[in-house]
Amino acid sequence: MDNRPIFDKVEISNQLSTLSLPEQLKRKKVCRFPNSSEAQVARHYTKLSTLNFGVDSGMYPLGSCTMKYNYKILERLASLPQFMQLHPFQDDQECQGILEILYKMERNLSELFGYSKFSLQPVAGAHGEHTGLLIIREYLKANNDDRDLVLIPDSAHGTNPASAVMAGFRVKKVPSDKWGNVDIDKLKEMLSKEKVAAFMLTNPSTLGLFENNILLIANMIHENGGLLYYDGANANALMGKIRPGDMGFDVCHLNLHKTFGTPHGGGGPGAGPVGVAEKLVPYLPGPIVVKEKDKYGWSSYSETQIGRMHGFYGNVIVVIKAYIYFLLHGGSGLKEASEKAVENANYLMNKINEIIKVPFERVCMHEFVISAEKLKKDTGVSALDIAKALIDKGYHPPTIYFPLIVPECLMIEPTETEDKESMDAFVSAIKSIVDDANSSPEKVKAAPVTRIVGRLDEVKAVKEPNLTFYS
Amino acid sequence: MSMIIEGLYYSEEHEWVKVEGNMATIGITDYAQDALGDIVFVELPNIDDEFTQMDEIGVLESVKTVSNIYVPVSGRIVEVNEAAIEDPALINSSPFDEGWLVKMEMYEKSELDDLNSSEEYEEMLGEEE
Repeated sequence: MDNRPIFDKVEISNQLSTLSLPEQLKRKKVCRFPNSSEAQVARHYTKLSTLNFGVDSGMYPLGSCTMKYNYKILERLASLPQFMQLHPFQDDQECQGILEILYKMERNLSELFGYSKFSLQPVAGAHGEHTGLLIIREYLKANNDDRDLVLIPDSAHGTNPASAVMAGFRVKKVPSDKWGNVDIDKLKEMLSKEKVAAFMLTNPSTLGLFENNILLIANMIHENGGLLYYDGANANALMGKIRPGDMGFDVCHLNLHKTFGTPHGGGGPGAGPVGVAEKLVPYLPGPIVVKEKDKYGWSSYSETQIGRMHGFYGNVIVVIKAYIYFLLHGGSGLKEASEKAVENANYLMNKINEIIKVPFERVCMHEFVISAEKLKKDTGVSALDIAKALIDKGYHPPTIYFPLIVPECLMIEPTETEDKESMDAFVSAIKSIVDDANSSPEKVKAAPVTRIVGRLDEVKAVKEPNLTFYS
Repeated sequence: MSMIIEGLYYSEEHEWVKVEGNMATIGITDYAQDALGDIVFVELPNIDDEFTQMDEIGVLESVKTVSNIYVPVSGRIVEVNEAAIEDPALINSSPFDEGWLVKMEMYEKSELDDLNSSEEYEEMLGEEE
């Protein structure tokens, strides 16, 4: 049934109207009653459901976001009434099971990433960043240190400077060198002029490249008296291989929804736990689950901590899902997942490099960027057009125009979930789009044409947003 | 190939400056508007605000990215392009004319020497492309 209204306006001439109801209680407008058969309604909603695109429908190579497949068992177990029916005010004695999970998850994260302790409270990556920076600010304050400058590489996630400014810091940009690494000379120069509170870094970087100089950078920052912050957005690439704590990062946030395959949700719940080195533990937001003898309970409030970052205990259900992911994989399985993610990305990068040039010809980590700059100059077809054309081919488009330092950038991340066949099919799709760009660019510029909506007017969408169904 | 107008001054940040006496009209180049993509939001300074060369004076937001606007010369703002604030598409469609951003009273005309001529700018774009 195509856009047929489910509700028909039905004139009702029932007995009610003959009752001697007071005038103000009588219906004045006609009543809307469903007037479709069950079969029609079922088809309507089934059809609507197929208009969604998710990782269950096809490859979702949205770089930086790590859209790995979400195992159904995570959903099933986390939805058990034993979890769902608990109340946050319930007595600790009655919910030892869930406390045990939170405790073990905290211990797992600390071990896997090399930290003394994690707070599971922050509920998103950016929330974790902000938490981490508040911890740094509190630490500096406790040491009577008034430094207020946070350095951020020019390839960083936009949330980094925003989190730092929100936490009361000034921000300066550190340029990248031609290999996509932090420009060490520039960093040296900046450090010689000013005392920095922190350097926020992602490793692998947002270009999907491993920062080879990380130990040198850590030394430079620490000698300056600053702290090194790890943006864990790309932690999926190095689980069980190398630990940010060992690389010299003093504070770290993780995105459980990226690293451990919990659903991202349509803007819904995430989880952004924050881990810290020993000296920063006193500032970690509580309460945190502690184990005394064989009982689990909550840590008591301490004067030094930065205060709560969220009501109750964060997005506990997301943490449970991540914990199940942990158990499904085990230590060696997590390591394998990271290896597979890196292997997949390198396979795909080398295949696509034959069609569209990769700006940094290095071994990549779990994701990589390509630049459609030459294609745009030759044919007028831009990164945006390629992304739109991929929709017609049945793919979710990759991330585009990020990182900002790569012109006409497409950022592709297959994750460990994809197999060779699905990646080969994606390469064929890219190949056919580039062929079309060379022969009939107007065709690519018109995409998508196979969906219920075509190319959206993005300017108008910003200027005159139509936010309701009934416009 | 991006359009370049002769007789204007060009900054490394892809702004252009048109000089009439002590007055400078400032906008972004065709290359810059093309690189930004469809511009959806413009933030410009207030009249009488004073800036020194290479200060950030505002923000351009496109569907792709957000970019700062820098002043190529020092001076005082005497006029801002309200039409471009109202309809940022003007900057895309007419970067050198209707899409100008601000007019300034220049304090140091010698600062123009730091900027590029149209030939130098063309050469610079050649290297970038």
